[in-house]
Amino acid sequence: MSDYVIEMLGIRKEFPGIVANDDITLQVKEGEIHAILGENGAGKSTLMSILFGLYHADRGVIRVRGREVRINSPNDANDLGIGMVHQHFQLVHNYTVTENIILGKEGGFVLDTRQAGKKIKALSEKYGLNIDPDSVIENITVGMQQRVEILKMLYRDANILIFDEPTAVLTPQEIDELMEIMRSLAKEGKSIILITHKLAEIKAVAERCTVIRRGKLIGVVDVASTSVDEMAAMMVGRQVNFKVEKTPARPGSCVLSIQDLCVMNNKKVLGVKNFSLDVYAGEIVGIAGVDGNGQSELIEAITGLRPAESGKVMLLGQDITRASIRERNEAGIGHIPEDRQKRGLVLSETLCDNFIIKDFDKAPFSRYGFLNRKEIRSYSSKIVEQYDVRSGEGVDSLAGKLSGGNQQKAIIGREVTADPELLIAVQPTRGLDVGAIEFIHRALVRHRDNGKAVLLVSFELDEIFNLSDRIAVINAGQLIDIVNTSETDEYAVGLMMAGIKKGEGGGHESK
Amino acid sequence: MKASEPKLLKEHKAGNLLVSISAVIAGILAGCILLLIIGHNPVQAMSDILHGAFDGRRRIGQTIAVAAPLMFVGLSVGFAYKAGLFNIGGSGQMLVGGFVASCWAYYGSDIPRPLYLFLIVASGMLAGAIWGGLSGYLKARFNVHEVVSCIMLNWTALWVLYELIPAFIPDPSINSRSFTVPNELTLRTEVLSQFFPRSYINWGIIYAIIAVIVIKIILDKTTLGFQLKAVGANKYCAEYAGIKVNRNIIVSMVIAGALAGLAGVTYYCGYSNMIYRNAMPDEGFDGIAVALLGNSNPVGIFFSALFFSILKAGKGSLSASSGIPPEIADTIIATIIYFTATSVLFRNLWNRLFHAVYEKRLSALGTTQGGVK
Repeated sequence: MSDYVIEMLGIRKEFPGIVANDDITLQVKEGEIHAILGENGAGKSTLMSILFGLYHADRGVIRVRGREVRINSPNDANDLGIGMVHQHFQLVHNYTVTENIILGKEGGFVLDTRQAGKKIKALSEKYGLNIDPDSVIENITVGMQQRVEILKMLYRDANILIFDEPTAVLTPQEIDELMEIMRSLAKEGKSIILITHKLAEIKAVAERCTVIRRGKLIGVVDVASTSVDEMAAMMVGRQVNFKVEKTPARPGSCVLSIQDLCVMNNKKVLGVKNFSLDVYAGEIVGIAGVDGNGQSELIEAITGLRPAESGKVMLLGQDITRASIRERNEAGIGHIPEDRQKRGLVLSETLCDNFIIKDFDKAPFSRYGFLNRKEIRSYSSKIVEQYDVRSGEGVDSLAGKLSGGNQQKAIIGREVTADPELLIAVQPTRGLDVGAIEFIHRALVRHRDNGKAVLLVSFELDEIFNLSDRIAVINAGQLIDIVNTSETDEYAVGLMMAGIKKGEGGGHESK
Repeated sequence: MKASEPKLLKEHKAGNLLVSISAVIAGILAGCILLLIIGHNPVQAMSDILHGAFDGRRRIGQTIAVAAPLMFVGLSVGFAYKAGLFNIGGSGQMLVGGFVASCWAYYGSDIPRPLYLFLIVASGMLAGAIWGGLSGYLKARFNVHEVVSCIMLNWTALWVLYELIPAFIPDPSINSRSFTVPNELTLRTEVLSQFFPRSYINWGIIYAIIAVIVIKIILDKTTLGFQLKAVGANKYCAEYAGIKVNRNIIVSMVIAGALAGLAGVTYYCGYSNMIYRNAMPDEGFDGIAVALLGNSNPVGIFFSALFFSILKAGKGSLSASSGIPPEIADTIIATIIYFTATSVLFRNLWNRLFHAVYEKRLSALGTTQGGVK
């Protein structure tokens, strides 16, 4: 009975029009790493939010160490020894590690950071977290920030640790480190719940895995004896294809031509330097690079969100370097933005309104300044249907109520349906599950096959290699090289991403 | 509560109307408690307010006359709010609108009435639009927060008029205010006055109702409203979609200013008919509460403006008949406003209640689970 530290029995949670958790049971043993696998919107986060006291279950029982509990707030959860590392870190950027960790647990009137710092250092050493308690959050890497979050839980004596999609923001090396940390935590007797849709991670660290699909419990499997394909099939409900099927590209005329482009970044220095690149109709060009090497600035300069310092952007032979965003949209640029919630959607408005946000003042959506709701609805329903956007209330759902994957499908539906000559996709599958990734990849390839140009930016090499016909590698704002995907491998591109050019070339300048 | 088939149990969520009404009721109750504490009979006091607002056609007319400027400023604040802006400059916009209209009254008394009415309304709107648009421009061009510029422009309007009133529209006897606009040059009209004799009722309320309808249409049905709301809800997404964010900020402040300017016209050329040189009109700030209670929805603003006008109009009678000092009457009104401003508490309260009911029903359906309360 009290074999389990956490038992969630028969949990049900309903949101308007959608059953997020339908009679789900989760049992976690002491000292195990237990994965919860499910597509986006399957109900993983809801289940964990219930455990963490952010939501109330409509029905069901929660037991912690065999004792039935009612968790009304994250404070209750903390008191029960439950800690959570959120997907979006909750850190104060100009505070030190120590200050962040003791925030809310200062105790007393006088702040004793020295004492706390000592304890943090000890914890950090014990679990191999390698964190200096005195460094300021904004000066440390994302991977380290995450470890600060882990320390925060440990500092509060949590022994049931929930990790919500912890690897979404990490580089491959950081992921390996995190896996190591999780193992050592489990060895020390901590129980870990890992929420993820990445099968490789589950395979790497988890012992058992609870699979959820569309709010329902599908099964609990022993990870060691279950193959990745089996788990994927359980999660999605059918066989999945990891490899994108596509024929060789048949490039046509030049769609986008970037010439000697220089762009300032937010720190007012050149984030993109003398960048030149041509993208042709009927091909996918992938921009490979480590996050923060000028990709955002480059894309923003092409789409008009950021002015170009010098150089030229040509679309179908027309100079659009100084054109407004709207003129660029009309000239044939579609853009799947990096931050879907900030740029991509108006979360407090309906799907309908989000689908026409670029074309609301054009026929048939409006005439003489008046919106034609009927046309808008039928157009929106088409996108919802074609792109399988799942939501509680169809086209009338508020965009913010959708799961991340469905939000992204909505954006992709909107952009692809507009049939742009050039489709720019930035991190189109970030944080999405296998099913949605497969769907989105197909949509991008289909767009290419319709004779349009696709410019892809991704930090995941897998994705770049899977989709791109040519790969342009960017490092420190400069184009290192452009290579055909078929003539290179991940190792070579990885080197270029670090700024090292292939043997034959001399310096870094590509011009 | 009502339509709930046993098969598809749905959890009820509190609507805006319910939230606003419960805020009003709680506010009134709190006011009553305050009255009890200072030793007055709350039932008597409330009936005094109602008496002051509704007893007789004159008082009803008066209440309606008070409602018109509140409605305009409420619309002004609510409209700007939809575009993500906080228009706290209603008072200044009212002053400039009222001043321009009063100038027509002073210099243009021989203009034929239909043209005259058009001119005062149009010029009052224009003046308010410029005043509000200035805040919008400062925000769009220099990123000056509209709250700062609105407050400064309130005082700018007040002190500019302090000089302009004696220079252009002086009162022959008293230096502290403008001349009194004669009845036939105000928005007052025989058509309405005959129903509500000796009251200040004027065309303002009709204009306000038209404005409610027009603003509702703009917000719900037009591309203009669509853009404004998109900018208000997420300007980053609006920018990404090619909507000109700065232009929309200016446009929404222009429209908000025009509405407040109209409030000035109905107030200074219809209700009070004179401008005191040194007085900021309260209505500019009351409009914020009106918009808040009306949830920035034009129809909601219509009703909340009526509610506030009842309080305002009934206030005088409250102090006159029960000897409650007007300051206390103001305090009671402030209490009610305070409660309406915290309407989000009521939303949570209702939702929790609905949830409990929902849970109870679920377990009543036989799907009992051990630990459910």
